[in-house]
Amino acid sequence: MLDKLRDPELGKRILSKLAPLAQEVAGRLGRPAILMEVCGTHTMAIARSGLRSLLAGSLELRSGPGCPVCVTGQGDIDRIIALAASRPDLVIGTFGDMLRVSGTNSSLEQERARGAQVEIFYSPAEAVTFAAGHPQNEVVFLGVGFETTAPAVALSVAVARSRGLKNYSVLSVHKLVPPVLENLLSDPELKIDGLLLPGHVCTVTGRKAFDFVANKFNVPAVVAGFEPIDLMEAIYLLLKQIVSGRAETVNGYPRLVREDGNNKAKEIMKEYFKPVNVYWRGFGMVPQSGLALQESLSFYDAAVRFPVEVSESVPPKGCACGDVLKGKIASSDCPLFARRCTPLQPVGPCMVSTEGACAAYYQYEWSKAEV
Amino acid sequence: MAEEKDKDIVLLSHGDGGLLTHQLLQDFFLRYFKNDLLDSLTDAAVFSSEPGRMAISTDAFVVDPVFFPGGDIGKLAVCGTVNDLAVSGAQPLYLTASFVIEEGFPFTDLEKIVASMARTCRDAGVQIIAGDTKVVGRGQADKVYITTTGVGYLLPGANLGYQRLEPGDKVLVSGCLGNHGLAILLQREALGLDSQVVSDCAPLNNMITEILKRFKGIKLMRDLTRGGLATNAKEIAMSSGVDFWLDEAVLPVEDSVKGITELLGLDPLYLANEGKFLVVVAVEEADELLRYLREDLSAEYACQIGDIQAGKGNVYLRTALGGTRQLNMMAGAPLPRIC
Repeated sequence: MLDKLRDPELGKRILSKLAPLAQEVAGRLGRPAILMEVCGTHTMAIARSGLRSLLAGSLELRSGPGCPVCVTGQGDIDRIIALAASRPDLVIGTFGDMLRVSGTNSSLEQERARGAQVEIFYSPAEAVTFAAGHPQNEVVFLGVGFETTAPAVALSVAVARSRGLKNYSVLSVHKLVPPVLENLLSDPELKIDGLLLPGHVCTVTGRKAFDFVANKFNVPAVVAGFEPIDLMEAIYLLLKQIVSGRAETVNGYPRLVREDGNNKAKEIMKEYFKPVNVYWRGFGMVPQSGLALQESLSFYDAAVRFPVEVSESVPPKGCACGDVLKGKIASSDCPLFARRCTPLQPVGPCMVSTEGACAAYYQYEWSKAEV
Repeated sequence: MAEEKDKDIVLLSHGDGGLLTHQLLQDFFLRYFKNDLLDSLTDAAVFSSEPGRMAISTDAFVVDPVFFPGGDIGKLAVCGTVNDLAVSGAQPLYLTASFVIEEGFPFTDLEKIVASMARTCRDAGVQIIAGDTKVVGRGQADKVYITTTGVGYLLPGANLGYQRLEPGDKVLVSGCLGNHGLAILLQREALGLDSQVVSDCAPLNNMITEILKRFKGIKLMRDLTRGGLATNAKEIAMSSGVDFWLDEAVLPVEDSVKGITELLGLDPLYLANEGKFLVVVAVEEADELLRYLREDLSAEYACQIGDIQAGKGNVYLRTALGGTRQLNMMAGAPLPRIC
């Protein structure tokens, strides 16, 4: 299956239809069509397949707010780092890409070097297993992610509860995609001709959850998979809509995405989390776009059990991550890109996470000649 | 009871230079590494040399875990230094080995590691002729660290260097990419993945000596350790000022490695190898070198993966779809302590 979805011959055949269509759309618009891939995994897949170079001139692909690390507010990042720094007795469990994200003054990596206990886990299940095996340690798992991660984190709390673990809690900074897209599309300055919707998130939420993109904002949208052929198909379906002046939310990833999504995952999310207002980098406060643990679960809520105070956080000076996340500019338009901000010394979070727009662009597409 | 138990593990006194140190040397290092130069137990090993140029290389090994599918820290410590010498065009001759051992490390594990080093030395045709052992307190080191230094003679006629690369040269790799880094990751993290991924850790000097003898068009070699193919190719490109153009479709990666890296969001081109090298060769010898590697040296997955073009020190990958992307250096290890 995977091989078929990567079959270069099939890919080239699709491309031979896609490229003229992109040119046609560009001709009509009088500029390249601008499509936004909402998901960070799409950003990586596009960079790795070289798709951008194949459609250059007639199509622009911009990254959206779909990299969880990138959209986490500076204040949340500072709070996480302050927790690690002030409580060396805690084991902070995290996905690897949070490690090097810079807070205002430090990062988890720096705090680890100073003595904080930071453990990298590939899944919340692994973190809860670690907690069970280390009863002498208090484990705090950083719940960073979207609808794709939240059910697994909820499940880890369920496991901790059923096993009677007293040493496992979650610091939830989970976020929801539909509310932020609503916020994004309400921006009058936005110039996006179509949205590639995040396939993984849609497996949980279902296609219907994104009907508002087309219905309310009249922007064409296609749920996209992650193989080059999935992406090309989704782009093709988007361009077809643009050409015919239609706007619909189409499922371009039907082998995994259903109309209503995954009910089990949605139920456990609802049972364990409640929607709250949260701060997004680049977007500010977005109502009901975050997930906090239900009050009845406060024993597993690290925000309740280990509160930390941080002074007000300001994003680093000159950092344009906010504009990149809104699709207003490309990574290379940021004045810091590849100059002051590089993967080794990242200023903004888009350069840190492997799914970040700037990191993916730097790693796979940028050439020194551009600076 | 306690005495019985203490016999099984390394104590701080094994590193104090006294009787227990002597015992450790006799029971492990001298027994397994046995050779005339080492057996003399003088402060320095003294050996005669022949005229010609020599190469020297040193490396510290801190891999975690110390045992992994396809090898262990001892095998890695020998291969790492031997391979650094080999890709520099040298025939490795002698090694030194220094051990930093954490108090409480089991002797059974130490013996396995030392035996594995001895076996790898025999395979590579090198001898360990000097060494040192220190023991540090529990928690002051993690199990065992090994530093090896190796010397060797440059092979006559080997002429390797960045300055020799020129447009048209072909780029080959000696086999499948990414196994070592992934094997370590899977062994270390309880990912619940049932996999067959085995480290490629192996000495390369015998293979390299054979090809250097036969192919004068070999211009540069590099063992693809930390940072993998991508980072090493980029380093060579930047140092020599030419561009690499590689073909994604032909890069050799085992299916299991492909599948698991996909799942974990890793790129096999950035994962470490410990038994693979890249070679840049003049175009007229490229086909024969590939045939020789595959058929005569059993490197069945050796591949011609691209060529050198005039440029500015970039590495380009032609994707399977016909697009291009760049490969830049790895920033921030996906995983520390892989070697």
